Parts: sequence; structure tokens; C-alpha cells
Amino acid sequence: MRHILSILLENEAGALSRIVGLFSQRAFNIESLTVAPTDDNTLSRITIATIGDDRVLEQIVKQVNKLVDVIKITDLTKRKHVERELLLVKVAAVSDKSRTEVKRISDIFRGAIVDIGKQIYTIELTGSSDKLTAFIETLNNETEIIESVRSGCVGIARGEKALRV
Amino acid sequence: MTTELFTGAEMVVKALSALKVKYIFGYPGGSVLDLYDAIFQQDEIEHILVRHEQAATHMADGYTRATGKVGVVLATSGPGATNCVTGIATAYMDSIPMVILAGQVPTALIGNDAFQETDIVGCTRPIIKHSFNCRDLADIPNVIAKAFYIANTGRPGPVVIELPKDLLIPQNKAPFHIETNVKMRSYNPNIKGHPKQIRKAVKTINEAKKLVVYSGGGIVLADAAALLTQLVETLKAPITNTLMGLGGISGLHENFIGMLGMHGSVEANKTMANADVILALGVRFDDRVTNNVEKFCPNATIIHVDIDPTSISKTINAHVPVVGLVDVVMQQILDELVATKFTPNEAALQDWWQQIHLWRDMRHVGYKQVVGEKIKPQRVIEAMYKITKGEAYVASDVGQHQMFAAQYYPFAKPRQWINSGGAGTMGFGLPAAMGAKLAFPDKHVICITGDGSIQMNIQELSTCMQYSLPVVIITLNNRSLGMVRQWQDMVYDGRHASSYMESLPDFIKLAEAYGHVGIKIDTLDELDSKLEQAFNIKNKLVFVDVLVDEKEHVYPMQIRQGAIDDMWVSKGVKA
Ligand SMILES: Cc1ncc(C[n+]2csc(CCOP(=O)(O)OP(=O)(O)O)c2C)c(N)n1
Ligand SMILES: [Mg+2]
Repeated sequence: MRHILSILLENEAGALSRIVGLFSQRAFNIESLTVAPTDDNTLSRITIATIGDDRVLEQIVKQVNKLVDVIKITDLTKRKHVERELLLVKVAAVSDKSRTEVKRISDIFRGAIVDIGKQIYTIELTGSSDKLTAFIETLNNETEIIESVRSGCVGIARGEKALRV
Repeated sequence: MTTELFTGAEMVVKALSALKVKYIFGYPGGSVLDLYDAIFQQDEIEHILVRHEQAATHMADGYTRATGKVGVVLATSGPGATNCVTGIATAYMDSIPMVILAGQVPTALIGNDAFQETDIVGCTRPIIKHSFNCRDLADIPNVIAKAFYIANTGRPGPVVIELPKDLLIPQNKAPFHIETNVKMRSYNPNIKGHPKQIRKAVKTINEAKKLVVYSGGGIVLADAAALLTQLVETLKAPITNTLMGLGGISGLHENFIGMLGMHGSVEANKTMANADVILALGVRFDDRVTNNVEKFCPNATIIHVDIDPTSISKTINAHVPVVGLVDVVMQQILDELVATKFTPNEAALQDWWQQIHLWRDMRHVGYKQVVGEKIKPQRVIEAMYKITKGEAYVASDVGQHQMFAAQYYPFAKPRQWINSGGAGTMGFGLPAAMGAKLAFPDKHVICITGDGSIQMNIQELSTCMQYSLPVVIITLNNRSLGMVRQWQDMVYDGRHASSYMESLPDFIKLAEAYGHVGIKIDTLDELDSKLEQAFNIKNKLVFVDVLVDEKEHVYPMQIRQGAIDDMWVSKGVKA
């Protein structure tokens, strides 16, 4: 099963490498990983999307928690949460027809065309990872994808629940 | 008033003194010369110059295992630091607290492949509890204080501190401030077991008819032997120890049923396999204990007490997990037993013990020594036990000799048995024995070793001379990598690929060349007297080279992939 783990840790040199190292050392899966400082710049927040059964997940959570730099870890998928990922994708838009079609698809998915070249559109889309994947598939049927980049997902719990020190 | 300023090198020494460090085990080199200069100019802390940095880590480790005090290692950047890697891994696997100070090239050169630059923090990342890249001179004291705190609390382990040279040089100074009462928002190890879990544990114990206590290295690390003994006597239960936990209860205690696991006793493994409740204390269900996890003790309810949550339900599912310091939790359990007016179920106990005694009687006589034939290695351990009255510190290397020592030297107290259990590091024994001898110069300290292992850190004979560390080295010389050879006999149809030790040195001459005494023993009739003679030489290191039967195997031995109690008890004979 897919899980989204949110980790709050000290914003210190080497902290990220410990997390990444732990996952590779213990053969835990990483589907995506994002990291950035939080509103408190002594803290970093890492979001990891991973796949594993309950037993593996229990070990991942415990092992991450054991790292001295880590303050908190939570499995967002255990409760109601909001999940978002950002996609930037550059597609071929050579003919009028394909430009119209790309624009139409992008509108349907609520994407925004953020850059236009002679024969290229760059589209920005945010949403759940599933939505991004669906968007890419749809585009792929219509035109040529020249380049794409995904941020990896971030998430936050719904309601009162907050991950903070 | 002006505040006094110190160099980084002076700060290291001042911080270590503030933390009551007596010894540093190390080896100098370019990046740490300023630190050596600072050590030279004071006399609170003694530096022990080893002959190889690996030995510095093992010596610090042996010192720690014998005393409980955190060992400190100092090495230069690059090869000096990388030479420490095996010793750090060894300490890590056995949860031994250690602080390693590693030199580094000046900050401005980091990342340039400068002379003797190695990313030691990167190299050691998977084998440390934590590490610090020190980048600011003023941070040095608090980084050291934090390193000690982290190393020695929770589940202990090694901590590496990287010190770039520009932080140590005389030109750079800062005020000295140290906070020894360390608090960290990201690191707060559990201490007490959760009361609900304690009640559950005691309820489970109360309902048990076939209870066994399985305890390990956690008991030794927590100095919790007295409490463990009290608990076992209250429960009247059988107790088995892991290789790391030997001495956690006296090896002669009537409830002790021997070591368990790969080379454990038949009764220990059978008792585990048939128990209805296992009280696991400071253990981690290592694969050398469980054998095939799928077949592990199917009928047992498992209560698992450990300081490290990751150890719980990692390999074997725990029905009643309790996270906390093992001594604190044992006291909680004892209190709860009193509160619930626990009385042992005598009828069930009688049946259970009767069964255990039957298994014990099944015990195959461990070995047969025929007069006139080659000396059996087990016989040497028994002789050594008698002469030292079971009171020696025994530091072991890795191989058959290690298992024979574990089986035939019943340790009365924790910390007497010093061995590399988790990593199984050959070359550990001699430097570890030196660390113990440094701490306890008046006690018998033995290095039990093999002809293979001893050669992995034999250069330390020179260190022993320099610092007068008269350990007694007993080599069970079977002219082979015995443990490898045993597996080849059992699994590879006796094809002894590279397990012979051809061209062994003359260990006697070698010992003498280093200025020590060498004694060779090759017949049974001289074994006791010559060993006695070795132990009577008090002020010199004695290297005893005992030629033993190279064909002897370690038994009992678990059958691979079987249940915990599927065992060979002698060649071709199953339990
Ligand atoms: C550093 C290291 N290399 C290899 C091994 C694998 N190994 C385990 S036991 C052993 C043989 C040890 O021989 P010796 O020290 O003579 O002891 P014996 O088994 O003969 O008593 C070997 C090679 C190890 N444990 N450690
Ligand atoms: Mg040997």
C-alpha cells in the first residue's frame, strides 16, 4: 500500500542524507521525496511517498524516528489529509489543432499554460499524484511530451491535527 | 574583565576533562597535530598510542565493555579515520557507546580531494548512532557534550565528530562554554515502560505455565544483573542468555539453562521452543538466535522489553511490546508482581522444570578428551576457568574458540565476557583485552583467540609493551580458520577452501621479539601446569600457544533453516 510520510527534522547539514541513507540501507522503497525548510527555519519538513505492507511501514516509521535529527514523523495516509504535487510539462504545440487541443486538456485538468514558445507550450498543474499521472497520459495521447518534472507529493492533515514542535 | 580565549585543540581537551575522560585511544597525523600538542601539554587525560587505528577503536570498546565508561578514539583524517570503520561497526552492532574524534582537512579544502581528505561522516553514516560535522570553533565543547550524551543514553552507540584542522590551530580562538546537562528537542529516549503494557506483561506472566526468560546484551549495558536475578528468582523461571548477555545472571545460577541460539545448549533452545510465554529482556531476536523465523516458537506469547522500538517486532512479532530501559522496566514488573500478589504456580513450575531437566539430561557430553591424544580446545577453556576461579575478564576473538569460551566458561558477572557478537570481528580480542586490562590492572584479563584472529591485530603486542598491559593471550591453535573449516566440513563436503593457516609464525618467538613471554603447550599432561605458570607471571604479557585438535567442531549447532531447537549435538547426531 502507498503511504505518505511527513517528517519534521532539524534543519542541519547531513540530516537529509541520513534519511536517504536509511531508506537505501534498509531497502525501503521511495516513490518520491521532497524537502524544504518550514516557516521555522530551524526545521525541515520532508515528505516521502513510499510503498510497503504494515510490517514494513512500522519499521520505516520506527527507524526514521530513531534518527537523532528527527523530531516527528507521521503517516498522513492514516487519516484524512490533503495531498498535492506540482507538475511542469513541456509539450509540442506545432499546429493550430494541437495547440487548441493541448489548451483544452489543460483547462479540463485546471492546468495553466505558463510559457509559450514557437512550437512549445509549458503547462503547470497541481493536484494529487493520481491526477498528474492521468494528465500526463492524456497529453501523451494528443501530442509529444518533450520534458516533464514532478515535485513529488507534499501533504498535510485535514482539520485541527498539526505536525509541529 | 576579558573572557579567556582557547584554541579548538584546547577546547577538545577541556571538554573531555569536563566529561571525566581518563584515556584517549589514538594515532596521530597531520590534521590532528594541534590536538596532540594540546594533549601533550596537560596530564589529566592519558593518550594511549596504538599501532593501528582499528585497534584504537577496539581498545576503547573493550575499556567500555569492562567499565561502562564511554571510550574515546582519536584519529587523523583520511586513512586514519577509515581505519576506524571496522571498530565503529563492531561497537555499533553491539550497542557500545563510543566517541570518535576524526581529524579533517581545513574547512576551505573540504570537497577538493585534498591530501588525506575522506568524508568520514559519509563513510560511517550507516554504522553510527549519530555524527557531527564540526564547523565552528565555539561549538566544539557542546558538540562533544552532545556526542557523549547521545552515545551513552537510550540504546547506546558510537558517535563520530569530524574536526577540520582550521578549528584546531593556535591562530583561531574563542571563549569556552560547555553545557553538560544536554537537552535536545529531537532526541528523548523512553525510560519507563508504559504502565498499561506493564500490567499486560504481568498478566501474561501470571497466566504462563511454561515461562522462560530470554535476556541479552541490554542487561549488561544497563548493569541490571542484580535486578534480573531477583526477577528470575521471584518467577522461579528458567533463564537463558544470548551470547551478548552472558554474565547477566551467573552462569552457575540454578535457574540458568545456558546460552541459546546457534551454538546454544539443547535445553535452552528446547525450553524456548516449548515455552508458552517468553519474557525477552534487552534482546533483539537476532538470526543467530532464532534460526528460521517462520518456525520460531509458534506457541509462545512474547513479551519484549527493549529500549529501542525498532528492535521490537522487527524479526519476530511481539505480543506485548514494552519500550523502556530494561532495568527500569524490570523494577516496574517486580512492583506490579507485588501489587497483584503474584505467587508462582508451583504445580506448573514443577512439570516445566521436570521437562527441562529431561532435556538437560539429553545433553550430549560436550567433548571427549582421550589421554595421549591431541588437546581438545574445550579442555583448555575448562583449565583456564579453574585457574582463574571463573573471575577473569575474557575478551574473545571470533571463531570456534569464541564459542568454546562462551560454552565452557560460566561467567559469574556481567562485563566479564567481552566479545564481538553482532559484527563478529576477527581482530577484536587482543585490543579489547588491552582496554579491559588498562581499566583493571589487578584482575586477570585473558584474550582467548585463534591462530587466524590473533594475526589480525598482532601489532598491538607492541602497544602492550609500551603501556605494560600484561594480558594473558591464549591461542587455541588449530592451524586453521576453524569455524570456516567446520562449515566446509558440514556444508561443502569437506572442501577446505582457504581455511588452512599455512606458514603460521612461531608465536613464541614473535611474542619474545616484542619483549613478552611465550609459552607453547602441545600435550595434555603439561596443559594445566603450564597454564598455571602463565597466570603466575604477573608483570609480563604471556602469549600461550596451545596446539589443539584441529578436527574438533563446535556443538551443539542449529541445523540451518530449521526451528530454534533443530540441532546437531555431535557429528551426524540430531537432538
Ligand atoms: C574480519 C573477519 N574476517 C573474516 C571473518 C570470517 N570468519 C569467521 S570465524 C573465522 C575463522 C577464525 O579462525 P581462528 O581465529 O583461527 O579461530 P578458530 O575458528 O580456528 O578457533 C573466519 C575467517 C570474520 N569473522 N571476521
Ligand atoms: Mg584457528
